[in-house]
Amino acid sequence: MTQIGLNHFLFVSVVLFCLGIFGIITRKNAVMVLMGIELILNSANINFIAFAKYGNFGYQGQMMALFVIILAAAEAAIALAIVLNIYKTFSTVNVDEIDTLKD
Amino acid sequence: MTIYDIIFYLFAAITVVSAFFVVTTRNIVYSAYYLLFTFFGVAGIYVLLGADFIAVVQLVVYVGGILILLLFGVMLTNRITNVQIKTGTIKIVPAAVGVALFAGILSAALLKTNWKTINTEVPISTAHTLGLLLMQQYAVVFELLGILLLIALIGAASMARK
Repeated sequence: MTQIGLNHFLFVSVVLFCLGIFGIITRKNAVMVLMGIELILNSANINFIAFAKYGNFGYQGQMMALFVIILAAAEAAIALAIVLNIYKTFSTVNVDEIDTLKD
Repeated sequence: MTIYDIIFYLFAAITVVSAFFVVTTRNIVYSAYYLLFTFFGVAGIYVLLGADFIAVVQLVVYVGGILILLLFGVMLTNRITNVQIKTGTIKIVPAAVGVALFAGILSAALLKTNWKTINTEVPISTAHTLGLLLMQQYAVVFELLGILLLIALIGAASMARK
């Protein structure tokens, strides 16, 4: 068993990213799609902080991760407002049923 | 196997297993609760990487803010009376195959890459340095993010009230 290094953290990040993609493309509920996006943002953050530690970038990676968390908070608030409006208009939040624009 | 390795594998297992349940559980409320464990595990990984302040922010913002917002979203968009809280899934098999292929490609790429790593020593506390950086080097970004959060909150409130 090798010592814990950059690859281990990157591998956790890969798994989180792929699970997030899987959640986004398979779940119907719009709130579940949002959860998938949060998983992907977390995997990106793990990458930033892992490279900040092992890549000798000082504190830039941690600052970037902080900004990503702030943007995730803003994104979640806006997205849930949109989801609530969609629910009021269509009385469903299943993303595959909201196809009014489709011909 | 040092204590560091054991803690890493513990947190990695918590993160990956609960993330797997987030995307596979049919009950969306359970998914939200599994997401709590995922965020907790990721915060532990941040601590192992020497980012203690980011870990605390992760717990406060994600668990205290975003997860509650998501739960509100679940509660407000499902008819509570005729319990329709389970959600369907579409095209599981092609999605699983594609995502597994993608994960394999990414893992192969990161294993084959010869990363030039420097193991910097873990600082005792990062909050002091990060605070100074936010007020000096990143002051403009900090102010812009404050304005962005204000705009986002006003926009979300006015959109949701209409």
